[in-house]
Amino acid sequence: MADFNVNLRDVGNVSIIDVKGYLDAHTAPELEHVFNKLLDDKQFKVVVNFNDLKYISSAGLGVFMAYVETMRENKGDIKFSNMKESVYNIFDLLGFPILYEFYKEELEAIQKFNLQGQA
Amino acid sequence: MSYANKKIEKELVVKSTTDNLALIRSFTKKAAEESGFADETIGKIILAVDEACTNIIKHAYNFSPDGKITISIKFDRSKFAISITDEGTHFNPNSVPEPNIIEYYKQKKVGGLGIYLIKKLMDEVKYSTLTGNKNQVILVKYLPR
Repeated sequence: MADFNVNLRDVGNVSIIDVKGYLDAHTAPELEHVFNKLLDDKQFKVVVNFNDLKYISSAGLGVFMAYVETMRENKGDIKFSNMKESVYNIFDLLGFPILYEFYKEELEAIQKFNLQGQA
Repeated sequence: MSYANKKIEKELVVKSTTDNLALIRSFTKKAAEESGFADETIGKIILAVDEACTNIIKHAYNFSPDGKITISIKFDRSKFAISITDEGTHFNPNSVPEPNIIEYYKQKKVGGLGIYLIKKLMDEVKYSTLTGNKNQVILVKYLPR
C-alpha cells in the first residue's frame, strides 16, 4: 500500500524534503533512503515540509533522530515546517521542540539557514 | 440488555509485516469512531495500537513475516479496550527506561520511543504473558461521561 510519498527538491543551497501521507515503520525506510542520498551528495541543510503529512509514528520520528547530528556536525541542520497540529503534538509529546526548530512556513526555515550562512 | 451495558467486540488477525500497519490502523479507527470518541482521542488510540504492533513486528518476531498478531477490541459506553496478542519472543517493557530526548540525541539512539508514547497516549497499559507462550498487551481508553 503506497500511502506515503517523499519528494526532494532544492531551494538555493537548501534541500527540501516534502513528505506526504502516512509515515510509519513500513514507510520510514523511504525517508531514510532520501537522507542517505543527501549525505552522499554532501547536502546537510535540510527542511522537511510536513504540509501533506497526515500521520507519523515513532518510526518516522526515529529517522530524524538518526540523521540530525550528522547534519549539524557538517554545519547543517534538519528544520521542520508546515506541520499540522495533530502531527506536531506527537513531536511535542516526545520533547522534540527542545532539539529541533519548527517553522510555520518553509520560507522562514530557508531564511534561517541563509542568515546562519552569512554569520 | 440495555444499551448502556452493550458490549461490542471486533477482532483482526494479521501476519507480522509492517505493510499490515495501515490495515491495523483503519480497523482501529473504525471501532474508535463507532464508540464515539473525539477525533483527537481517536488519533491517540490509533497511534498507540500502531506503536504496540510495530514493537511486536520488530522485537517479538524480529521482522519475521510469518508471526501472528491478534487485535481484539471490546468497548461499551464507558471503556474502550484493545488486546494485542503475539506468539513471539517475550519482552519486558519495564526494562525499557523512559527516554530522555537529550540523552537520545547524544547517543544517536533511535528506538524505544514507542513504549513511552503508548503510556502517554492511553489511560491504562498492561503487559502480560498468557498460557501457550503468548504475550498480551491491553490498552485502555475511557470514554468521557
